[in-house]
Parts: sequence; structure tokens; C-alpha cells
Amino acid sequence: MGADFVQFSLTPILIGVFASIACALPGNFLVLRRQALIGDAISHVVLPGIVVAFLLTSSVATLPMLAGAAGAAVLAVILIEAIKRLGRIEPGAAMGVTFTTLFAAGVLLLEQSDTSSVHLDVEHALMGNLESLIWLRADGWQSLVDPVALAGLPPELLRIAVVAGLIAVLTVVFWRWLKISTFDAGFAEALGLPTRTIGMGLVIAAAVAAVAAFDAVGSIIVIAMFICPPAAARLMTNRLEAQVWWSVGFAALSAVLGYVLAGYGPLWLGATNAVSAAGMIAAVSGVILGLACLFGPHRARVGVAAEG
Amino acid sequence: MAGGWRPRNWINSRSQAPDLVSPFLEALFLGAGYNAALVAIGAALLGFSAGASGTFLFLRKRALVSDAVAHATLPGVGLAFMAMVWAGGDGRNLVGLLAGSALSAWLGLLVVEWMVRRTRLSEDTAIGAVLSVFFGVGVVLLTIIQTMSTGRQAGLEDFLLGATAGMLFQDAVVIAVGGALAVCATFILRRPMTLVAFDPEFAAANGYDVRRIDLAMMALVLAVTVIGLKLVGLVLIVAMLIIPPVTARFWTEESDKVVWYAGVLGGVAGYVGAAISASAPALPTGPIIVLVSATLFGLSLFFAPARGVAAALIRHRRFQRRVHRRQGLLALARGESILEPYTIRVLSAEGLVRPDGVATDDGRAIAAKIARDERRWDIVREVHQDAGLTGRYDGLTPIEEVFTADEIAEFDRLIGAPRPVGGSA
Repeated sequence: MGADFVQFSLTPILIGVFASIACALPGNFLVLRRQALIGDAISHVVLPGIVVAFLLTSSVATLPMLAGAAGAAVLAVILIEAIKRLGRIEPGAAMGVTFTTLFAAGVLLLEQSDTSSVHLDVEHALMGNLESLIWLRADGWQSLVDPVALAGLPPELLRIAVVAGLIAVLTVVFWRWLKISTFDAGFAEALGLPTRTIGMGLVIAAAVAAVAAFDAVGSIIVIAMFICPPAAARLMTNRLEAQVWWSVGFAALSAVLGYVLAGYGPLWLGATNAVSAAGMIAAVSGVILGLACLFGPHRARVGVAAEG
Repeated sequence: MAGGWRPRNWINSRSQAPDLVSPFLEALFLGAGYNAALVAIGAALLGFSAGASGTFLFLRKRALVSDAVAHATLPGVGLAFMAMVWAGGDGRNLVGLLAGSALSAWLGLLVVEWMVRRTRLSEDTAIGAVLSVFFGVGVVLLTIIQTMSTGRQAGLEDFLLGATAGMLFQDAVVIAVGGALAVCATFILRRPMTLVAFDPEFAAANGYDVRRIDLAMMALVLAVTVIGLKLVGLVLIVAMLIIPPVTARFWTEESDKVVWYAGVLGGVAGYVGAAISASAPALPTGPIIVLVSATLFGLSLFFAPARGVAAALIRHRRFQRRVHRRQGLLALARGESILEPYTIRVLSAEGLVRPDGVATDDGRAIAAKIARDERRWDIVREVHQDAGLTGRYDGLTPIEEVFTADEIAEFDRLIGAPRPVGGSA
């Protein structure tokens, strides 16, 4: 745990943790509202958004990328809603039509345009590149209080930390609204709560989290963190407050454990190369969910006694 | 040899301007080379079977299960590659890779079913969990393969988005044969699957084993997914399973037809998409097929008869027109003046009022008839106890459609003789 760790592992782990928590928080409500796959759809349409932003600005600057991705996410949500209403099609199919079409358009645009000079490719979008977000200026733990070294932190870290903080604050501020409208939409409407706006706001918050996390870690982590930690947490408790804390814990654990296993696991096994950290984080979150499915105290449906 | 030889695309070489249409037409009529022709036929067969088998998923409201299946193929591809290399083989044998992907996709499907059955998580959560975790594991395996010393590992990334550019002849044959087999299986299984998709309880009551038919449906979807991996890739194969059925649903209400319409739509998208893709560089097959399919969907969404947006709009306008016409005539009958400009436009188009809103003779006659019908309905509500008939009063249905001439004559007797209506003229 010396200088090497601070230089090469600390920032990716922190970015992973913040990204996971930013996705897991809205994920709790999406899972309870049976909208879990919105996260899947959003993380697919981020690709065309980024490509269009690149074609319009011909730069890979962060702000246009984020704006493009967020725009695509909002467009996708609107399209899904429109197809559902206009065509009277069930939500799952409407979602499937929308995100595959937008993703296909993104891939085509990418192939048609000359993006070979910049680091913009589908694989990167899917798998992320957590390992490259290192802190080169650090030379030990003392760098944490050294302003010169701190200025060399990867910009992704600050961005995802801000977004995670923002999502956390929004969750706390709108807690009662979210809770009531998630569990009893009819009651929420009777109280005069703007349930439709709350639902839309939740999806937009999820999109912001997805876009910020996607920028740093790729879309696999985004989908996995929207669903796995909240789903595992759901099997641990019946109280929403506790579920959110569990999900945050599971998300952070997946990120840390996944990164460590990806970076150091192969070395322990005698191999020489690390494996994909994003993939490993998703895999660890899956293992946690699997354990929760097998042993979680509240895994059975209401009214059905827990088996085994 | 030199004298008699002509370049295959001699039509192009004669024209000065770059010609975009003839390479496409050439590819469309299978003239763009043997491999391209085989890919186009394979894509058409695959599109047909994907559309048809996807219909059953769509009707069962489980369209996105295919997303989990598709993403769950990736670890199987990686493991199959490693196993084949370890066994001293090539590692890129398509049949071997597809067999591996089928196994892991089947495992993913079982995990989805298990989570839904054994825990309180909903199906969409299970789908999302399986697709992200399996995909994550697959990516981990791909990074391991990239560091393997075999040196021939290139090409596994093609399974993400599909690639037909450097496709081997034998791979194209695998896709074409697989697509044909899937079409046959769909044909054989169409009756029980249609029944289960529309009404599982009725199917069970008729002695069908719903669980096994569901399983067969899933196996078919899985087969289509696996065959399509090399062609369109695992991210986009979902589109071939979902978009054609959703499109077909706009065109028919009959269960048997939806399956075949979806198959044909999928087949056309596959064939045309493959042809467009073969006609120029930088047109990846998978995305083009999906976009052709999405175009067909968009056209259907707006222009399909009965269920399309345009048809609904026309229906709405027609309804609006009828309401305005009737309200205007009732106003005339009561001797009130019409203020709404649209009402005046509707009535004057029929010659019932003058442009300034004053009733013509025709207008007064029809207004009198409408006012009389309104009186008749008043009587109906007094004398008739049958709510099924009196309930059909919506202000627009002519009374002659609800009651017989004899009954109406009886109502008229109760009202008394016709009275003239005083217009404002």
C-alpha cells in the first residue's frame, strides 16, 4: 500500500466507487418501479449521443460529449414514451425498438465518419477504460495534501464525485416524494404530488448518472450498478431506508473488490496481465446478487415462506 | 483472355459521376459476389426466423428476455475460444464458438427464470442483472484472451457488433443453413406457440404443456440469437427479434398473420440491409439491417391502416367534424346563431348555411330532422327500459341505426306531428 497504490489504483477505485454509488441510488427506485431496464436503454443510447456531439463539435472535449449523451438519453425516453402511446405498444417492446435503433444509428455514424484519429470507438464505450485513469503526479499518500499533485488528478474523478454528490443530495431532498410515488402512485396523486414529473425526474437523474459514469467506466458498469446492488439490497430488507444503505454498500464493495480482483487477481494466479476492471466489477456485483438470491433474509415473495 | 475480359461492374466504369444506385441494385440481385449473395440470403432467412420467433416473445410480453439471452452469449464465446485453443484447435471455428455461446445463453436464460421463480425480484430486474453480469464476465474473458499468446485471437470483438466484411465462406454457409433450419422450426412449432402466446390458460386447458412450449420458444429465440451473432452482433440481434413483430402488429389483428407478417418484414429488412451494406464500404451490416427494420417500423407507425397515427388522426378529424356539424344544426334548430368559425365552415361546405352563418332551406330541413330525432330520443329514454339501447345515445348515432321504423313511428305518435323550425332568416 505504498506510492504505487496511490499512483495507479487509488483514483480508479475512487472513480469506480463514485460511479457505482451514483448509479445504484436511482437504481433502487427504478428496480422498485419495474423500470430496471431504463438503465439498459439509456446506457445504449449514450453512444449515438456522443458520436453526434463529436461530429458537431469535432472535438472530444468533455462538455459537448456529456451534453450529447444527456440529450440522447432524454430523446430516447421521449421516443419510448411516444411509441408506447402512439402505437399502443407495451413498454418493454417500445424500449427495445428505441434503444436498438438509436444504437445502430450511432454505430453507423461512427463507421461513416472519420473518427480514427481520436479515441472514440464502440469497444471503449461498452467496456470503459477504468485502468487508464491513473494519478501520475502522485508519489505517495502525502500527495493527498499536496495542491500541485492534486491538480493532476484525472478530471473524471472530480466530475463523477460531483455527480454522485448531486444524486445523493437529490435523493435526500426528494426522499418522501420518491418513496410515496414509488410505492403507491395513486396515493401520491391523491396527495397532489406531481407523480409524472417525479417519474421523469428520476429517469433524468438516472441518465445524468449513467452519462457521467459512462464517461469514466463504460456502459457495462452502468447497467450492472443500476440493477445488481439495488436488487441484492431488496432481498436483504423490507425497509426502503435500509435498502438504499445496503445498495450503497454493495455498490462500493463491488467497485473495490472488482478493481482489486481485476488488477491483482491474475497476478496472484501467476498471470502477468490484469483483466478488464469494468467487467470484473460487474461480475462481482453479480456474485453479490447471487449470494443475496440464495441467502438473503427477505428473498421470497410476500406470503411465501423462505425455502431452504 | 485479356481481350475478352471485362470488369464485373462495367456499368460503373462507364459513367463519370459516382453511381450509388447500381452497386446497390447489383447487390440486391445477388450480383455483388458469391459471399455477399450468400450473406444476403442468410440475412433474409435469419431475419425471417427472427421476426417470426420474436413474435411469440412479443405477444407473451417478454420481448426484452431476448436482450438477456443476447448479452449472455459473450462469456460462452470467450470460453469456447479458450477451450478450442487449449485443445490445440484453431479457436476461431465458428460452429464451436456458436455452440459455446448457445450454452452460456441457455445458462443465462435459466438464471433469469430461476430468479423470477425463487425470489421476489421482477422479471425486468432479473433480465438486467443477467445481461450486465454475463456481459461483464464476457469482457473479462475477452481481456484474458487478448493477452493469450496464440496470436490468432483477432475477431472475437466482431461478435459484439457483427462483421461480414472478412467473413469466411464457411461462416456464410453456417448462417444460411442455420437461418433455414430456424425457419423450418418456426413453421413446425407455429400452432402451439401461437396458442400459448395468446392464451396460455386456454392452451393448458387444451392439454398443451405450456412450460415446455415456452421452453421451445426460448430455444428458438436462442438459436436465432446465436446464428445472428456473427452477422449483426449481440447488441443488435435484439432488434431483429423485437422490431419486426412490433411492426407487424400494426398491420393485422389476426394471430396467425402476425407471425408471417413479422417474418416477411424481418426477411425483407435482412435482405435489403445486407444488400445496402454490400454496395459500399463503411456500411456495417448489422446496423444497416436494424435501420432498415426501424424505417419499416416508422412507416407503419404513421401510415398503417386502422392502428397507424395518420389513420387515428383522420378518425379524430372526422369525429370532430361530425360533432361540429351536429352542434351547429342543433343551434339552427333552436334558432340560435352559430359563432364557432369551424362549425360554419363545416356546414357551409355542405350548403347548409351561408358563409355568414344564416341557415339555407336545406339547413333548416336537416336541422328540423335532427331536432326531431333529439325529441325521439327523449321519448325513448322515457318509454324504453332497455339501457343497452338507450345507452347508445351519444348525440351522433342516427336513431335509425338503433331502432326499427315501426318503433320510431311509435315514438313519433307520442311526440305528435312535425313542427316547422324557425331559422333566423
